[in-house]
Amino acid sequence: MSSPVPDVERASAAPEASAPPGWQTVEIVVTATIAVAFGVVFWAWNLMWAATGGAFAALPPVQGLLYGVWLVPGVLAGLVVRRPGAAFFAATVAAVISALLGSQWGLVAVVYGVVQGVAPELVFALRGYRRPGLLTAMLAAAATGLGSLGLDLVLYYPTWSTSWKWLYLATLVTSAVLVAGVGSWLLRRALAATGVLAALPASRQE
Amino acid sequence: MTPAAVDIRGFGYRPPTRTAWALRDVDLAVTPGEHMLLLGASGSGKSTLLRAMAGLLDAGGETAGEVQVDGLPAAAARDRVGLLMQDPDAFLVLSRAGEDVAFGPQNRGLPPDQVEERVASALRAVGFPYPAARPVAALSGGERQRLALAGVLALAPGLLLLDEPTSMLDPDGAALVRRSIGEAVRATGSTLVVVEHRVSDWLPLVDRVVVLTPDGVAADGDPDSVARHPAARDTWLGGPPRLPARPRAASQPGTPLLTATSVTYRHPGGTVDAVSEVTCVSSASSVLAVTGPNGSGKSTLAHLLGGLVAPTSGAVTASPTLVAGTLADTRPHRWRARDLAGRIGSVFQNPEHAFLTGSVREELAVGPRAVHPHRTDLSGTVDRLLDQLRLAHLADANPFTLSGGEQRRLSVAAALATAPQLLLLDEPTFGQDPTTWRELVSLALDLRDAGAGLVVVTHDLGYRDAVADATLQLDQGRVVAP
Amino acid sequence: MSTPLALPRELGTTAFTRANPLARLAPAAALGFANVVTLDPVTPVLTLVVVGSALPVVGLPPRQLARSTWPLFAAAATLLVVNTLAYPAPGVGSADLGVGATTAVRLLAVALPGLLAFATIDAVDLTDAVVQQLHIPARFGYGALAALRLMPLLTQDWRHQALAARARGVTPRGPVARLRDVGRRVLGLLVTAIRRATRLAVALDARGFDGARRATARPSEWSRTDTAWTAGGFVVAGVVTAMSIALGAWQPFFG
Repeated sequence: MSSPVPDVERASAAPEASAPPGWQTVEIVVTATIAVAFGVVFWAWNLMWAATGGAFAALPPVQGLLYGVWLVPGVLAGLVVRRPGAAFFAATVAAVISALLGSQWGLVAVVYGVVQGVAPELVFALRGYRRPGLLTAMLAAAATGLGSLGLDLVLYYPTWSTSWKWLYLATLVTSAVLVAGVGSWLLRRALAATGVLAALPASRQE
Repeated sequence: MTPAAVDIRGFGYRPPTRTAWALRDVDLAVTPGEHMLLLGASGSGKSTLLRAMAGLLDAGGETAGEVQVDGLPAAAARDRVGLLMQDPDAFLVLSRAGEDVAFGPQNRGLPPDQVEERVASALRAVGFPYPAARPVAALSGGERQRLALAGVLALAPGLLLLDEPTSMLDPDGAALVRRSIGEAVRATGSTLVVVEHRVSDWLPLVDRVVVLTPDGVAADGDPDSVARHPAARDTWLGGPPRLPARPRAASQPGTPLLTATSVTYRHPGGTVDAVSEVTCVSSASSVLAVTGPNGSGKSTLAHLLGGLVAPTSGAVTASPTLVAGTLADTRPHRWRARDLAGRIGSVFQNPEHAFLTGSVREELAVGPRAVHPHRTDLSGTVDRLLDQLRLAHLADANPFTLSGGEQRRLSVAAALATAPQLLLLDEPTFGQDPTTWRELVSLALDLRDAGAGLVVVTHDLGYRDAVADATLQLDQGRVVAP
Repeated sequence: MSTPLALPRELGTTAFTRANPLARLAPAAALGFANVVTLDPVTPVLTLVVVGSALPVVGLPPRQLARSTWPLFAAAATLLVVNTLAYPAPGVGSADLGVGATTAVRLLAVALPGLLAFATIDAVDLTDAVVQQLHIPARFGYGALAALRLMPLLTQDWRHQALAARARGVTPRGPVARLRDVGRRVLGLLVTAIRRATRLAVALDARGFDGARRATARPSEWSRTDTAWTAGGFVVAGVVTAMSIALGAWQPFFG
C-alpha cells in the first residue's frame, strides 16, 4: 500500500501505547540477531585487520584506532532495543557466537563480551533507560572502550610503560567514542528512517 | 483435535507507528473444517488478517472489532492455531529435524512421550524422507518447508493458517508441499485458510474463495462465482492476465552480446560446483530465460554473466558490440564497476540488497553518477525513470519503506539508469500482482524491441512463456536443455 | 563459515567430549585465571605442558587442531615482537626478549584451554546447559539459538550486497568513501537482519515460544564426571600455581 508520503514520518501524530512491561519475543530475537549480524561483519573485518596488522606492528597503540568496530554491538543494541539488559545480551551473544565459530580467543572472547556488555549497560542504566541521545551513546561507548582497555592491559600489555599505556588509552577511547558512540547513534537513526524498528515496542517512543 | 471455527466481525487494524489502517470493516466467518483461499492485491492486508486469526498482532497498534477462534478472542485461543509462513529459514530453530518438530509441543509443556508421538506422526504426515536425526542444514528448501509444516502439524491445530507457504519454492517443491498439506488437512479435518499466489494449483484443495481489500471483504463464495467478480481482477484467480498482442520484433536474435563458454564456478571452500560447464549466449534483441529447480545454480550463473564474480574455469566474454569502447579486457568480471554498470545491469532477487541511499531519487542517480562522474544534468534521466516506472510520487521516500512491488520497480529502474545493453533479472515476478506482472512483461519486451539483450532467471513459467525467445534449463549446475 | 552449528565430523568421543559443556569450560576458565594473575614464565609453561599432554583427551583430530589454533600462535608471535620492542629497558631503549616471550607464552596459556574446549562444544548443547544449569531464562537462550540459524543467510546477504553495489557501478575510492561504504553496508545488513528477525519472532510465538510452560526433551545432565572435570581443573590450576610459587617464580601482576 503506497502513499504519497510514507506515513512512518507522520508517526508522531499517531497515539502510541506505552511499551509492554517485559521483554517481547521480537525484542529478544532482534537483539540476538544484531549480535549475529555483527558476527558476519567481524568475520569480514578480521580479514582486513589481519592485513593491516603487519604495517601497524611498529606502533601497536595505533591499532587501537580500529578497535571501535568491535564495541558497536552492545552499544547499538542498547540504542535500538532500549530494554534493560539489551546491551549485555547482545555483547555476550556476539562473543559466545565468535567462540563457537572457532575464534582463537575462545573463552577469553566471552570475558571480553561480558565486559563489553556490562560497561554500556551501566551507562544506559544510569540514564534510566530513557531515550538515549548522542551523548549517552558516546558515554556508553567510552565506558565500553575503557573496560576493553582494562582487559587488554591485563592480558596483553601488562609490561608496557605508562606512556605507552596512555597512548593506547587515548587511541582506543577515541576510536570507541567515534565509531561505537557516534557511529552507533548514526546507525540507529538511519535504521529508524528505514522503518524496520517499528516492530520493536520499546523503541517507538521517539 | 476438533476443527476450529473463526468469527471475524467489523475487524480493523492499524499497525504501530503508522497512521493508515491496514484493514477495516472485515466481516468473515469460517465454519469448522472449511477450506478457504484468501486472495487480494499486495498490501490488501492478507498477512495482517492471518496474524490476527493467530492472535499474533503487535499489541502496540490499534484494533477495532473482534476476531474469535472457537468463541474465544484469538489471543486467548492461540494453542488452537498453527501458522506456517513462506520462509522456512525464519521458522526452523534447532539443528536436527526431529528436535525442531518437537520445539512447538515442548513449548506447550507436553510430556516427552506425547511429544515423541507427535513428532513421529507429523513427520509421517508430511512424508519426510529422512530419519528424525537428519541435520536441517542438509535439507533442500522444499524439504525444509515440509519440515516446518511438520512443526506446525505437531501442534495439532484446529485451525491451520498458511501464509504463502509455497512462494519461495520451485514448482516441484511447491507441488510436494501442497500435496502434504492436502493430505494432512484431509486426515485431521482441521479448518484451513490459505493465502497464495499460484491460485490455480490451490483451487482443488479449497471450497471457498475470499477476496480481501483494505476496506473489507470484497467477494466471498465458491471459486467460479468469485472469479467473475470485479474485485478478482487484482488477483490471480482468473489465471495469468491477457497480454496485448505484440508483433514479434525480429525473428532472428541480433548480434551476440555475451558468451559464456564452459563456465564453472565453485564457492571458495565448497565441495561441489554451483555451476558446471555451462555454455550459453545472450544476444541483442532477445530474451534468454534460465529455469530450473531451487539450488540449480541459476542465480550463480546470473552473477557470472553479470560480471560480478569470476568463474573458476571457463570464460565469460563480451562481444565488441557490448564492449563498445576502449576496454582492453573482454571479460566483464575484470572491468571496473563503472565500466560494468554502463554495459551490463543486474537486478537482484532481493531488491533491498541493492539499496545504497536514503531516497528513491538518490538511488536512481547513483549509477549514472558513477558511470559519468563529470555529468551534472542527471535529473532528466532520473525524472524519466521515475515516470516510466510510476515512482514519481515516491521520489523522496526512503527505499526501505517502499512496498515489495515498489521496491522491485525501483531496483529495475536503478539498473536501467545506466542504460546497459544487457540486463539480467533474477526472479523479477516473485510475489507480484497481475498488474505489476503485466508491466514487467511489457518492460522486458520493450527493452528487447529497443535492442537490449535480456537474461531472466525465473520459476514463473507463465512469465517465461510471455517473454522468452530461448530457454536454458539448469539442474545441479549443469545444462539440461537445450 | 558454512555451517556454524556443525561440529567437526571427525570429533572423537572421549570422556571430555561427553561431558557437560559447562564442565568443559570450567577447567579452561580455572587454568586461564591462574595464568592471568601472574607474570612469571613458569606458570604458563607448566600449564601448556599439562594441556599438551591432555590433548588426546580433548578428542580433536590433528588437522582440526592445527587449523583452530594457528591464529592464536600467530597472535602470540605478534605479541612477542610487540612486547619485546615495547619494554623500555632501564636507561637504554633496548629490547627485552625475555619479557616478550613471557607475555606471549602467558597469552597462549590463558587462551588455549578455552579455545580447545569451545572447539568441542555444540551450540544446541551449550544452550541447553546454560538454560538448565545456569538458569538463564529459556527465552533468551533459545532466542539466541534461533538467531544463530540466521548466520549463513546473513553471510550470503552481505555477499550479495557487495555484488549488487558492483553491479551499480560503485567502487569506493579513498578512505572517506571506503568508510561510508562500510557504514552503508552495515546498515543494509542490519535492515535485512532485523527484517528476518522480526519474521522469525512471529514464527517462534506461533510455535508457543512465549508460553509460560516449557518442557525439555533434551535434558542437560550434570554427572559426577562433570564435577570431577570441574574440580580437576581447579586442582590443576592450584598445583601449577603452587609449583610456581615453590620455584620462587610466581609474580602476581597486581603486586
